Amino acid sequence: MHFETIIGLEVHAELKTNSKIFCSCSTEFGAPPNTNVCPICLGHPGVLPVVNRQAVDFAMRAAMALNCEITRETKFDRKNYFYPDNPKAYQISQFDKPIGQNGWIEIEVDGKKKKIGITRLHMEEDAGKSMHAEDGTHSLVDLNRQGTPLVEIVSEPDIRTPEEAYAYLEKMKAILQYTEVSDCKMEEGSLRCDANISLRPVGQEEFGTKTELKNLNSFANVQKGLAHEEVRQEKVLLSGGEILQETRRFDEVSKKTILMRVKEGSDDYRYFPEPDLVGLSIDEAWIERVKSEIPELPDARKQRYIDELKLPAYDAKVLTQSKKMSDYFEKVLDNGADAKAASNWMMGEVSAYLNAEYKEIDEVALTPDGLAKMIELIEKGTISSKIAKKVFKELIEKGGDPEAIVKEKGLVQISDEGELRGIVTGILDENEQSIIDYKNGKDRALGFLVGQVMKATKGKANPPMVNKLIVDEIEKR
Amino acid sequence: MSLFEKKISELHELLHKKEMKVSELVDASFSRISEVDDKVKAFLTLNEEGAREQAKYLDSKMGTDEMRGLLFGLPIGVKDNISTKGLRTTCGSQLLANFEPVFDAAVVERLKKAETVTVGKLNMDEFAMGSSNENSGFFQTRNPWNTDYVPGGSSGGSAAAVAAGEVFFSLGSDTGGSIRQPAAYCGVVGLKPTYGRVSRFGLVAFASSLDQIGPITNSVEDNAFLFQAISGYDKMDSTSANVKNQDYTAALTGDIQGLKIAVPKEYIGEGVDEDVKNRIMDALKVLEGLGAEWEEVSLPHSKYGVATYYLLASSEASSNLARFDGVRYGVRTENADNLLELYNHTRSEGFGNEVKRRIMLGTFALSSGFYDAYYKKAQKVRTLIKNDFDEVFEKYDVILGPTAPTTAFKIGAKTDDPLTMYANDILTIPVNLAGVPAISVPCGLSNGLPVGLQIIGKAFDESTIYRVAHAYEHATDHHQNKPQL
Repeated sequence: MHFETIIGLEVHAELKTNSKIFCSCSTEFGAPPNTNVCPICLGHPGVLPVVNRQAVDFAMRAAMALNCEITRETKFDRKNYFYPDNPKAYQISQFDKPIGQNGWIEIEVDGKKKKIGITRLHMEEDAGKSMHAEDGTHSLVDLNRQGTPLVEIVSEPDIRTPEEAYAYLEKMKAILQYTEVSDCKMEEGSLRCDANISLRPVGQEEFGTKTELKNLNSFANVQKGLAHEEVRQEKVLLSGGEILQETRRFDEVSKKTILMRVKEGSDDYRYFPEPDLVGLSIDEAWIERVKSEIPELPDARKQRYIDELKLPAYDAKVLTQSKKMSDYFEKVLDNGADAKAASNWMMGEVSAYLNAEYKEIDEVALTPDGLAKMIELIEKGTISSKIAKKVFKELIEKGGDPEAIVKEKGLVQISDEGELRGIVTGILDENEQSIIDYKNGKDRALGFLVGQVMKATKGKANPPMVNKLIVDEIEKR
Repeated sequence: MSLFEKKISELHELLHKKEMKVSELVDASFSRISEVDDKVKAFLTLNEEGAREQAKYLDSKMGTDEMRGLLFGLPIGVKDNISTKGLRTTCGSQLLANFEPVFDAAVVERLKKAETVTVGKLNMDEFAMGSSNENSGFFQTRNPWNTDYVPGGSSGGSAAAVAAGEVFFSLGSDTGGSIRQPAAYCGVVGLKPTYGRVSRFGLVAFASSLDQIGPITNSVEDNAFLFQAISGYDKMDSTSANVKNQDYTAALTGDIQGLKIAVPKEYIGEGVDEDVKNRIMDALKVLEGLGAEWEEVSLPHSKYGVATYYLLASSEASSNLARFDGVRYGVRTENADNLLELYNHTRSEGFGNEVKRRIMLGTFALSSGFYDAYYKKAQKVRTLIKNDFDEVFEKYDVILGPTAPTTAFKIGAKTDDPLTMYANDILTIPVNLAGVPAISVPCGLSNGLPVGLQIIGKAFDESTIYRVAHAYEHATDHHQNKPQL
């Protein structure tokens, strides 16, 4: 029997407003525990919430960027549950009138484009954080995060493969970053993802029983977790077993999903309209204002790179995946660099370094100006591409002016014909066999000889010139 | 005549003429409390040190330009569900027996600006759930007119303290009649303002969509003074109305010529005590004599008021009271080995029976599968009740009737039967559901106990209510009746 995989994703993104959604406390990450708090977010008796308008603006902006319809008469509701990091014992959220509905985003997997529907986007407040002592004696609660504005974005069950799930998350993150509503840092918890997955026999209309994957701390783990769960469910079904409605987590070490709890019926959160807040009426003017504030979105930027910068589609796609990288790239261009050359460096050496060091582009010493100048030195022939890699390493680790680095380290390319010819002659004298090989049609010999010259000049020789001189000199012999 | 029978305006003048000091007023308040509060039991917490300090400070301002407050130097009592910074606030619940708030309610801030002196916190039914103060987690407040009788509730302490002359005025809160009914039972004046007129910030929520803080006083004029000080828009309360505040004392003209009064037949029909009905008819005659006209009307959906109220108020309460879990403040159980036990035991031990009953009712009404049949339906009926009022107010200026169907009852008389107890609020509840303002003013005695006349006004038209109440009070001497303790 063949199965079709059905995946739906729930993304929680923290909105990067300065203050919390219902009080004026700071939303700064990393403050000492329980310092960004006040009676309101602590849920003291008698306090009342007041909606942060910027949070609503950001939620609307995100909803629009995700092609959602904006709900004109929206409201907040209470979701009731007891937990120590939920100080009012209810979370102010949105139930039946989410601010955004019926949206979609387009993803691309293996060159194939596909629209993934977005059921809803709603606003809510984040909860605090609980930390449990390992010996089980006590728990600690930090309420700094309590009241941080969140949007929850629920996809339609349109995703069919773990790869599509990955692509969806990449695209979602890009859009939320481009709209400047969220930092989307999974490691700080400002972006979180839960995944629902079920299998059904190909051709069957009805969905199978789904399991929910939680505690997924990276997009890669979402993909891996789903891939494992897909196989697990298939095995269970093929052996005549039954999928239970479970919450599972992905274990990075064993690369398996592990049962957390079996859901018995659905949780009853006793939602009802938040009586402490009045409904929000969103008029045309409000929508127009927010619309006008939406920055260029990734797809539009990608198209612009193709049309105006004449970059290959692949380059355009990779460069626009992250807003930070793309913004950086544009600054390199602003400093006079050629688009394709800059693109090659960004996608090549820069990305490789960042990946290896687990750093972000704004965490390294390299400036857009420095990169642009270095590219210019290559173009002028002052340094070779090979030497440039040395300069680059210096620039990205320590920063500085490329020209000064080149001078200081004596890295200027040797383009003096007389000087090079002398070196070439010397090398040829020492490698008679290679000359014979070359004359016998073994092209590899030329490469060997070039390499010897580069070695002798510590890589500073101008490679095209060396090539030309070697051929020249051999012919003379 | 005791100081406490004077009007605020008279005391204000005495203070401004320096014929009396604030400390003398505060002393008078505390000595009256020590004289009668053993019998009345209105106060849960006294703020003796703080009040005397404040009095001294205000005395130093006397005669200077700094003497600006509208209610300068006047001792006040505050219902114990209103947050007072550093002054214990229990909501009448053992669960909060040790709770000292870290902030002042918006109304308390306004009182401070008006320069009143907070004498103490007043007893109430636990979390404002009750009509008799029998549900206080601490002790029974008694009716100053007859201490075998209840003072009404839930603002029983607030009404009794004013009636007993312990303070000049007090703040209460009214979710389904909790200011008006005790005011009626204790023979004082109590206003439930339009929903949104007074900030709820710092009022410990019972039913957020119904709760309002209001003034309890000896006279209509005093009431208007206190209301002036506490009312008005507050940006910290999203449900507070951004409507211009009025000059309420300016409404006290005594002129009600041509006023159109509606008397709902449901308010003088079955279930309403004959003697109470007679006092209302007497009042109507007085008002007629002053040039008003009255007609009988109908509020056909008001008979669903009590049922609607107990679903909506309890639903909201079940959520509002969930935060009292023993984790961050309040009295935490000592018998808990895990989180679930911490919750269960803290709440089982801390809450009284009536509170538990309403939490269960509200939790049930909000549960999935029942929500539509109870909560949602009740919301629809609430709209119908509000529409009834709107319709009547198209033709009439005020609606008039008794505040409660009977006078105060004996302590213990209704404790075994919650439904009979709930029926007490049958005439006050529809007003909260409609969100409109209403006042209770004394209109005579029945068997030695006060009867309250309820005057209901249009939304944000407290001025008309005050005008009518003042004209009536002026034409009668009921408000001069004082209990003998």
